[in-house]
Amino acid sequence: MTNKFEFEANIAAKTITITREFNAPVEKVWRAFTEPELLAKWIAPKPWSVENHTLDLTVGGVSKYAMVGPEGQVHWMYDQFTAIEPGRSIATFGVFCDEEGNPNLDGSKSYTETKFFPIDDNRSRIEATHVFDSEETIKWFVEGGFKEGSAATFDQLDEALAAI
Amino acid sequence: MIRRDVFQAIADPTRRAIITLLALQAMTPQALAGHFDSTRQAISKHIKILTECEVVTQKQNGRENYYYLNPDRMKDIDIWLERLRQIWETRFHQLDNLLNDL
Repeated sequence: MTNKFEFEANIAAKTITITREFNAPVEKVWRAFTEPELLAKWIAPKPWSVENHTLDLTVGGVSKYAMVGPEGQVHWMYDQFTAIEPGRSIATFGVFCDEEGNPNLDGSKSYTETKFFPIDDNRSRIEATHVFDSEETIKWFVEGGFKEGSAATFDQLDEALAAI
Repeated sequence: MIRRDVFQAIADPTRRAIITLLALQAMTPQALAGHFDSTRQAISKHIKILTECEVVTQKQNGRENYYYLNPDRMKDIDIWLERLRQIWETRFHQLDNLLNDL
């Protein structure tokens, strides 16, 4: 059974709303969102991976990590916590940063609030509201800032499959 | 010049209506204004914003000026949203696996 997933965009309001259900109690989902060693296992969409994650789960604290791509591309992500309600909600302000952790406040910014809800003892739901502030974000994605793979990677896959 | 973005283009209901109309066909200022109760000045103000956002371009065709939609600008939004949706879908599948083992 696939878990319910909703992704709704209100472009005029610069807002994306994401809803997802999980077959796990809300406590576990909260841990997966707030513990760096757990976050590292899911936050980078394969074949991307996470490196050098530091996370200070306090208001004003920062979660910083390198998103490393299949061809060695590195994007440093910087999320500052603006509100935390343990087990219930987290709000962050997100930008890119350099490897020393200096946030790039001239680039694209986003504001995310994630709420966690129990459905029953073994199921839960998150609702994330993501507000973006500029078109830079779109350009970055469209120009391939976060490609999930490249033609070269797929060529390798083709070769591997042909050899089987 | 004020830097405008594509979000401003679609933030207003009249501008969204203009985009929808121009998606069907290019139009003269007069034909476009005929679809609205607003004054022609009000419509041309919206057109000015859409032009500055590079969502609409104007071209002379014979003796008439025509407004055209620039579909690439709107397509970029679709591409971005689709990529973002896929990223979240992949992340959540990975999270499902992690939660299974937790």
